[in-house]
Order: sequence, then C-alpha cells, then structure tokens
Amino acid sequence: METMEVGKVSPEYVSTLPPQRSLFTRVTAALFRSPIGVAGTAIVGFVLLLALIGPQISPHEAVGHNLRARFQPPGYSDSAGAYVLGTDQLGRDILSRIIAGSRVSVLVGIVSVLIAGTIGVTYGLVSGFLGGYVDTVLMRIVDALLSIPFIVLVVAISGVVGAGLGTLILILGCTGWVTYARVIRGEVLKVREMEYVVAAYAVGQNRPMVMLRHILPNVISSAIVLAAVQVAVTILAESSLSFLGLGVKTPTVTWGLMLADGKAYINSAWWMTFYPGIAITVTVLGVVFLGDWLRDFLDPNIRARA
Amino acid sequence: MREFIVTRIFQLVVTMFIVSLLVFLMVRLRGDPISIMAPPIFNQEQIEALRAAWGFDKPVLEQYAIFLRKAVTGDFGISFFQRLPAMEVVIARLGNSWLLAAVASLIGLTIALPLGILSALKRNSLLDFASTALASLGTAMPSFWLGLMLIIVFSVYLRILPSFGALEPKAIIMPSLTLGVGMAARLSRLTRSAMLEVLNQDYVRTARSKGLQGKHVVLRHALRNALIPVVTVFGLQLGWLLGGSVVVESVFAWPGLGRLMVESINVRDITVVQAGLFWFSLSFILINYALDAFYMLIDPRIRIG
Repeated sequence: METMEVGKVSPEYVSTLPPQRSLFTRVTAALFRSPIGVAGTAIVGFVLLLALIGPQISPHEAVGHNLRARFQPPGYSDSAGAYVLGTDQLGRDILSRIIAGSRVSVLVGIVSVLIAGTIGVTYGLVSGFLGGYVDTVLMRIVDALLSIPFIVLVVAISGVVGAGLGTLILILGCTGWVTYARVIRGEVLKVREMEYVVAAYAVGQNRPMVMLRHILPNVISSAIVLAAVQVAVTILAESSLSFLGLGVKTPTVTWGLMLADGKAYINSAWWMTFYPGIAITVTVLGVVFLGDWLRDFLDPNIRARA
Repeated sequence: MREFIVTRIFQLVVTMFIVSLLVFLMVRLRGDPISIMAPPIFNQEQIEALRAAWGFDKPVLEQYAIFLRKAVTGDFGISFFQRLPAMEVVIARLGNSWLLAAVASLIGLTIALPLGILSALKRNSLLDFASTALASLGTAMPSFWLGLMLIIVFSVYLRILPSFGALEPKAIIMPSLTLGVGMAARLSRLTRSAMLEVLNQDYVRTARSKGLQGKHVVLRHALRNALIPVVTVFGLQLGWLLGGSVVVESVFAWPGLGRLMVESINVRDITVVQAGLFWFSLSFILINYALDAFYMLIDPRIRIG
C-alpha cells in the first residue's frame, strides 16, 4: 500500500539532524559512561562466562573425590596440580566447585525471575487496568502474601513440596511475582489516566488493545529495573535455602551447599566458608550495580533526585 | 483517629483471613497432606488411621471451616513432634525472636542514621564514598555468610564469643550484629537520600538564613522530616529482618521462631509451620500499623488523610 507523502522532508534538512543511533549504540554508550554500569557488566559478564564455559577452564573436577588431599589450605598443590583456594572434606578443589556453582546461580536467577516477572506483570496489569472490586480483591491477596517474609514463605513451601533444582526454580518463580504485581499496578494507575490512553480510546481502540499496546509498553521499564533487583534477591534466596538443606541437593554443586559444608568444618577449614561467600557477594554486587545503572538509564528523574 | 483504627482492624481481619487460606492450602500443595506427615514405613492401614485422626478424610471445604474456626481462637492443632499445642510451641520461641529483632534494629539504626546524615551533609566526600561502598557490600553479602565469618573470627580464632545457643547474655552479640549490619546497609543509603532531599527544602534554607546554628538546623528542621521515609523503609526492612532471622537463627542455633520453622519443616511438623507462618504475618502487619501510628505523631499532614 502506498503511504501518503505528507511527512516527507528534504535531504538538506535531514543532513542537519544529529545522526540516528541504534538502540544498541545508545545503550552501550550510556553504559560505558557510568563506572557502576561498567563494573556491573564486567562482573555479570564474567559470571555468565564462567557458567557457560566453566567445565572447560576448571582446574579440577568439581565432584570427584581425592581423599588424600582433604582439608588442604589455599595454595596447596600435589601431583594433580595446584588447589589455589584449597580443598574441602572430600579433597575437592574449592575453585572448581565455585566455578561449577555459578551455573546454578545463573540458572535460578534468570529462570525464576522470568517466571515471576511474567506472572507479576500480568497480575499487576490486569489489577490496575480493571480497577474497582477486582483490583481491591487482587491487591488484598498481594498484601497477605507480602505480609509473610519471602524467605519464610519459600522455606515453608519447599518443605512441603520437596527440594531439587527444578522445583526450587519453580517455587522461587511462583512466589517472587508479588513485588512486580504491586509495582506494576501502581504504574498502571498512573498511566491509565494519561492523555495518550484517552486518545487511544477516542480513535476507537478496544480495551485489550489499549492495555497491551499503550499501557504495557509504558510500565515495562519499572518491571525491568525490578527484575534486576529480583535477580539479586533470588540468588541470595537460593543460597540461603540450599544452605538450610531445603534447596538444591548434592551432587549438584551450589554456593549455598558449599557454605553448608563449610559450616560443618568451620573450626578447622575457614577457606571452605570464606570463598563461596565471596563468590555470592561479588555476583550479587554485580547484579545490583547493573540494576542501579539500569534504573538511572531508564528513569532520568531518579538520577536527579539521588 | 477512631476511623483509622476501625479501617486498620478491618484490613487486618481481611488480610489474616487470606493468610489463613494460604496457610491451609500450602500444606495441600502436594495434594494429600498425609503424604508429608506419614513416615515412609507406614502401611496403608496406618495411613488411613492417621488421615481420620487429622480429619483429612472430610471434604476440603469442611476441613477449611474447621481449620478457620480453630485458628481464630489460636488453636492450630497439636505439634506431633513435641506433643504440645502448636501455638504454645511457637509462643515459647517468640520472646527470643523479638529480643533478637529489637537488638538488631537498634544496631541497624545506630549505624545507619549517623552514617546517612553525615554522608548527606558531606556529600561526595571520602566518608560519603566509603559509606556508599560499605552499604552496597552489606546489601550484596548474604547475611548468614557474614554470621559465619563472625564465628570464624570471634569463636574459632579469638575464642571470645559463643558460636551458638542463647545460654549466656553475650550469645546475642553475633546474631544481632549479623542482622543489624545488613539492616544498616539497607537503611543508610536511604537516610542519605532522604536527608539530601530535605536539605534542599525552603524551610531548611529559611532556618539557615535566620542564622540558626548548623547543628540545630540539621537536627530540628531537617532530620525530623527526613525520618518519615526512613520509618517507612524501616517497616519494610522488618520483613527482611524477620526473613533473615530464619537463616541467621539457624547459623547461630538461636532458639527463636525462625529456627523453629526450619526445624519443624525438617521433621514435617506442619501444625507448627502453620502457626509460625501465621505469627510471622501477624507481627509484620502489626509492626507496620504501629509505624503508621508513629507517622501520625511525627507528621501532622498524615493525620488528615
């Protein structure tokens, strides 16, 4: 179909405009202007890389036993090679196990947050958009769920349903949506009254169309910022649960389980506890940095206030 | 004020009703609650006997009606591990949890408020930079890992603090420090940004232009107003504190509600888990109502709303 030529402009005018930059260029340019953004990207990128190619670069096997090398402090080496961060109660290399554990953190962080985000955004969108009694009822449910601390809820549910990596991801996903629902609903209430929404109705668009085409794109940036925060919360939750023995079980290697092992031998082998905790802290710090940067990037108003 | 109380009581009842539904449904997530409770060695006959004893053979709606009627009176059934009413088991641990939460909050506020105020007053100074860095670190660090590190330093190497239990008064130092530091990290940045916002307000400028002393302006005019958002977030952080206590109490074997939850889940003592969830929820809501009432004291604008 031929379009009308109303908006056509002369090439001379176009040449005076600043060059059009793609979204990717704009995002990377903004990212590299911010030290926090660079630090966050570097850390998160490194952890993702470890999760992807970990087994190829890992110095030892993460699950194999070597009882002759039990409880060796950092820097120990034998015929099998060096154990830079020491070994655990079964002679397994701490460094290799930290590398292997990154997989679980990455997997749990990403998949649970995707599940929670999808449920929460839909819930908040529907609640805020429909308003009235539906909104009241839906938000009371959210209030009730928020009144039980996230970790307590997850601990109780995994106790009932049982442990395991898949189950844990599902539980974290199905309980973590509540925060999104609350935030998105608030945003929808603001956007719902905007002129462009009224205009969309005026040109005859129906309600589902307005909700998906005009409201959703304008509230999604809050969900993205929240998702970054939730990745951090979820990684911490996974490590807490595995530490308590209610999350992922051996032989899967996770940082939380390594800490549980470490606690059992805390009197003699501090390195078993120290290094996995550093891995968690650095990873979460990277995610938090990236989230902070993302918040500033998506909402310049917040930067002005900080 | 009366309207405020009536609304809040109504909200409390509705929320607790939904919580009771959640708690009731939770133990049925796998379909049959008996499958959680029965030891694997039970045969079919014993399972049926247990089912009848617990009333799980009745229609679900009737079960819920019975559960709700009893829950209203605080009766969550018998803990089959301790052979005591579940509510008694939970209440016996509450004191320890409250004590820990109170000391941890106190530590958190004592660190966060001065640090947040000073970094706002000396914005972009070395102190500001250091406190932001420490706050980020404190937020990212798993609280229970900080606890384990404290154990390594103070119990294993220095041997000056007990690593578990609540047998002597100094046993509370490490668990409360663990939780308090995490809380301080979360609160100090917020205090800083609330202070910054208030310091730019007209009334602060007026106070300064009247020639009032800097200290007087900060404490009397700025801090009071900056406290409002800090109190809000403090209320939300209590949720984090209650949640964090589950793991931290387990690290230090502190005999509080959090540890009881983990122990009860491990032995499948579902009535205690239910009663515990109920208490977590109730205390969180009540603390937040108390904070709401506190706002009305410090901020006259809210009294009208």
